[in-house]
Amino acid sequence: MTEPILSVRDLEIAYRTGRKESVTAVTGVDLDLYEGQSLALVGESGCGKTTLGLGLLRLLPGPGRITSGSLVYRLKDGTRADLLTMGKEPLRRFRWNEAAMVFQGAMNAFNPVIRIVDHFADTLRDHSGGKRWTKQAVERRAGELLEAVRLDPDRVLPSFPHELSGGMKQRALIALAIALNPQVLVLDEPTTALDLLTQRQIVQQLHELRRQFGFTMVFITHDLGLAAELADRVATMYAGRIIETGSARDIFHAPKHPYTAGLINAVMPVKDAVPASGATPRLESIPGYPPSLKAMPDGCAFHPRCAFATEECKAAPVALEVLAERPDGMTHAAACLHHDRVRLERKTAGGQAASAEKEPTNV
Amino acid sequence: MSDVPTRGPETAGSEPLLKLSGLEQVFDTGKGEVPAVGGVDLEVRPGKVLCLVGESGCGKTTTARAAAGLTKPTGGTVAFRGKDVSRMSSAERLAYRRAVQFIHQDPYAALNPTRTVFSTLTAGLRRHKQVRSKAEAREKAGELLRLVDLTPPESYLDSYPHQLSGGQRQRVNVARSLAMNPELLICDESTSMLDVSIRVSLLNTLGKLRDELDVGFLFITHDLAVAKYFAWDGEIAVMYLGKVVEHGPTPEVIGNPQHPYTKALIGAVCEPDPDLARANRAASELRSADIPSLTALPSGCAFHPRCPAYEPGLCDDAEPPLIRFGGRPAAPGAAGGRRLACHVVSRDHGRSPSDDPAESALGSGSPRGAAWSA
Repeated sequence: MTEPILSVRDLEIAYRTGRKESVTAVTGVDLDLYEGQSLALVGESGCGKTTLGLGLLRLLPGPGRITSGSLVYRLKDGTRADLLTMGKEPLRRFRWNEAAMVFQGAMNAFNPVIRIVDHFADTLRDHSGGKRWTKQAVERRAGELLEAVRLDPDRVLPSFPHELSGGMKQRALIALAIALNPQVLVLDEPTTALDLLTQRQIVQQLHELRRQFGFTMVFITHDLGLAAELADRVATMYAGRIIETGSARDIFHAPKHPYTAGLINAVMPVKDAVPASGATPRLESIPGYPPSLKAMPDGCAFHPRCAFATEECKAAPVALEVLAERPDGMTHAAACLHHDRVRLERKTAGGQAASAEKEPTNV
Repeated sequence: MSDVPTRGPETAGSEPLLKLSGLEQVFDTGKGEVPAVGGVDLEVRPGKVLCLVGESGCGKTTTARAAAGLTKPTGGTVAFRGKDVSRMSSAERLAYRRAVQFIHQDPYAALNPTRTVFSTLTAGLRRHKQVRSKAEAREKAGELLRLVDLTPPESYLDSYPHQLSGGQRQRVNVARSLAMNPELLICDESTSMLDVSIRVSLLNTLGKLRDELDVGFLFITHDLAVAKYFAWDGEIAVMYLGKVVEHGPTPEVIGNPQHPYTKALIGAVCEPDPDLARANRAASELRSADIPSLTALPSGCAFHPRCPAYEPGLCDDAEPPLIRFGGRPAAPGAAGGRRLACHVVSRDHGRSPSDDPAESALGSGSPRGAAWSA
């Protein structure tokens, strides 16, 4: 393990909402991403995960702006560059060459009036820093990529987006994102809105592509199952902050933030043999709703919904605290004063969490 | 539909609220006829849940719309409390419309953006002349909001949909459907656009209606975790290309699936547990990922081009009927036994002397079957 491929320090992203007003969507994010790892950003709608993902490539839309922090990448040539001070032309070369993004909503990410092959041509020509791409070269490269995601190039390349199914579009979009061999791939909700069997296929292909191309992966999802399936590391976001981070095993077997535990407790495992002997299962939801960015609670933003909240939680924001050192930057850290009281409701297949020690929860 | 077993004495007890018999829906399009639903027989009982699961295009929504009387089926019947919906008098039809309510998928699109919550909630009440004054309407609307845990009601009554979150909007949708004291709620992917914790709290609210008000549910979802949770004491019917391919009590269908399609669906679920997820990675190997078109259905069993258990000559020849599976009688009080439409599994089951011959996709040691046969 050498130096990280991406170091994010104290990143803050805000959206302007009026002439002098803005809301902060992401605050105080520190993140080190190591080569070949996959990191899942999980959380509910509005927690800032997509904003952070877009921010990693400086792809924020209009009113969004990175207001402070640093985003240092280790480039393919070994040099280090801060994305926030990069000029327009270097930034264009950076995108897709060094880091690429698979946008949310496979259904709408393609231009509907442009054939798939021309999407590849545009991407290859725009981001190659002046390198010439002949029609044949584009078709050859696009063909290789489509075959890597198990699509038939002869069928897909001449098609318009509407002629492809949702799963095919998502796979073509992934192929397009890795067209220039980026080191880092950011995927925003890569399986949302796809059918179960198609989701499974995308998951399997992402595993294969990582093996084949060796990229580092950041994916954004609200689906904890997907995170458990694809991630080496998980970072839970709430109200614009990373509130827990650790290896997938640490997070899913022994979460240390009540919000992470609440999310896991709210999902019914399908294959797991719970509940035993015909008892009716009962899941608990997290009471209340996430806070508005415009009216953030004082202290820990989760305290109004938290069963463990004390006066201390309301007083000051809680910083991430390292709870267990692990190799490869997989350190388990949580931003909770009561992390030692957090338990999962149920037994997990590999975890030690015992339901006997169940803490009282809100009903 | 002579192969469909009648669900006889063991289902006695409560009369079904909703009964679909041989339901067919063929859509005429410029490119020919699309058989969206091809003969579905299902029942929903008061206070029970019937969950329809399957991929997009399998006919779940079409079935639900026909059950709600929103479309006229091209074949078969929809009966509500024993009465054929298409032969109801206008008074009966009005009562049916009141008793059966539909909750749509998209909480953003289902509410009129120019109406306040109060106006939305009481539109039906006013239409059906259930309230006499505005004060009474407000009181009733407040009660409805409390029923769906939007409290205090005063802070929501005069809001517009854009002022509410997705979860709150979906609760307003549920409250609206409850205004008519429905006996049957038809939920079409009603929780799929919500975040996990919000989803569970809405499911718990719906569960309260099921258990306390005896509301029956026709619940449509593509999410097996939701199906397992919400329909645990009810039944699941798995649909594929317009037909039910497996049907039975939820714990049995999820814990010990028999149809290769059901097994594939369950195998494809991403579990929120890295060990479980990785152990099951190899579980779903289909021969083809593509769903055949409804306009060019494969011969025989429609699943055969994708099925890992496919046997040439058997599966591509005749369509497997949906027949009773497993000889054991249903548990008393439970809605009924299992039905399955698969040549291979039914044949192998017939050969084997044991009660549970087909190994579960979950590997050995599933305690579920044992728990349920006891």
